[in-house]
Amino acid sequence: MTILQFFLWSLLKVAVVTVVMLLGVAYTVLLERKLVGRIQNRWGPSRVGPFGLLQPLVDGAKSFLKEDIIPTAVYRPLYLLAPIIALGCALISIAVVPFGDPNVGPDGLHLFQISDVNIGLLVILGITSIGVYGIALAGWSSNNKYSLLGSLRSSAQLISYELALGLSLVGVVLRAQSLNLRVIVESQASRGILTWNIFGGLQFIAFFIYLMAAYAETNRSPFDLPEAESELTAGYHTEYSSMKFAMFFMAEYANMITVGCVATLLFLGGWTSPFGNLIPLPQNIVLQALLPIFWFVLKVFSFLFLYVWVRGTLPRFRYDQLMSFGWRYLLPLAILNIVGTSLWLAYR
Amino acid sequence: MHLILFVLFAGLCLAGAINLLLQSHPINSALSLIVVMTSLAVLYLLLGAEFLAAAQVIVYAGAIMVLFTFVVMLLNAGREERTLGSRAARAVGFPAVVVILSVIATVILKAQGLGTASLSDGITSTEELSAVLFTKLLLPFEVTSVLILIAILGAVALARHGDGERTAGK
Repeated sequence: MTILQFFLWSLLKVAVVTVVMLLGVAYTVLLERKLVGRIQNRWGPSRVGPFGLLQPLVDGAKSFLKEDIIPTAVYRPLYLLAPIIALGCALISIAVVPFGDPNVGPDGLHLFQISDVNIGLLVILGITSIGVYGIALAGWSSNNKYSLLGSLRSSAQLISYELALGLSLVGVVLRAQSLNLRVIVESQASRGILTWNIFGGLQFIAFFIYLMAAYAETNRSPFDLPEAESELTAGYHTEYSSMKFAMFFMAEYANMITVGCVATLLFLGGWTSPFGNLIPLPQNIVLQALLPIFWFVLKVFSFLFLYVWVRGTLPRFRYDQLMSFGWRYLLPLAILNIVGTSLWLAYR
Repeated sequence: MHLILFVLFAGLCLAGAINLLLQSHPINSALSLIVVMTSLAVLYLLLGAEFLAAAQVIVYAGAIMVLFTFVVMLLNAGREERTLGSRAARAVGFPAVVVILSVIATVILKAQGLGTASLSDGITSTEELSAVLFTKLLLPFEVTSVLILIAILGAVALARHGDGERTAGK
């Protein structure tokens, strides 16, 4: 494959994945509004289009058309840079996620993954850790006490939970003996649900830690203290309006989707079928290519569903509870999990 | 291709470093330092050290610099005041920098058996790196860990010490 071909294919893949990701973000927002509505015994959006399905488009148009206010006291360069960092980092990390059978497509080219990197897992962690600056700088440059408090909380929370998140993934990496996301998925593929890391791999503690840390990392309820509206107005994005606010909003949901993808890849067997080889593969080549994507999307969807369910059910933590939970329970538990997994792998 | 990327990111790295010194606002300096760290990560990647590159981004650009910006934000440090600088420092400083750099350069150039690193497609995998780290370089590796542990213990001891005084004063 020549460089030009590679370049064109990559461009195509990036374009398609970005569009799908943004659509996914829009409809995750709708899913959340609908579900939380049902949990609170009301309908949620139902006016625009059938079942309110066109609501995200209208919301997008509204954000575009709103007046874009930049307060006079902000520190302009960073105020403008912050939403770009937040959304950019949220969208980039999907580049290493394989969301379908990698052997499909012309030779040497993975049709369902933008780039196959040896250290894919670390790339995702690295990009997420850079994404913190979006929130931190937004709060600081807004020159507003609520924003500053929100972003201080968020930075402290992210630093604390990043450790537990990273350590919870070590068990999975130990089992797969690779940081390549494709290899990690293939290591759990042999017997369907029985060899998934969460069940057969005995990594359910790691999964629990990952789940908690991921909620904190994406600033979602019950860890959504950076934007606790009852005390901080809107937290770090108080001073943002119009599309800049929408960018933070999209970044949050894009991060949710990425976290769901990582959980699927590491713990739930990625694109492989939960039935293993029990059900024979369909003969049709198109179906063969699309079935893995169906499983992948289904797993990510159930993760997003869980996200919304938790938000609709649990109250917010207090800040000191958040910190002590992260440092005193999750972190030691993650270290114990690593020790246990290593011992088990060594003396198996 | 490698050379183009090298020139690009080495330039970015230098620009970030110079900007770090020139900026008068601490948060701008901290951000320039992040640019330096990330471009260094790309240079590591060009030399085939992929794990090192990722660790550089996660640890330095992601964790340590977040802590820096966190402190700057928490203290709400203002602009630095520009002074003319001391003449003595200028007289001694520039020659001293030149001397130190030339000493380091001579030592490196004179040293034998350092091996070479080149910009290439070759990649040192994480397994190779960890194999060396846990066999050949085990002692330095463990000693470094102990050093970091001591630093942590020191920080905790200092923090607790201040706490004790406060309760004693009550």
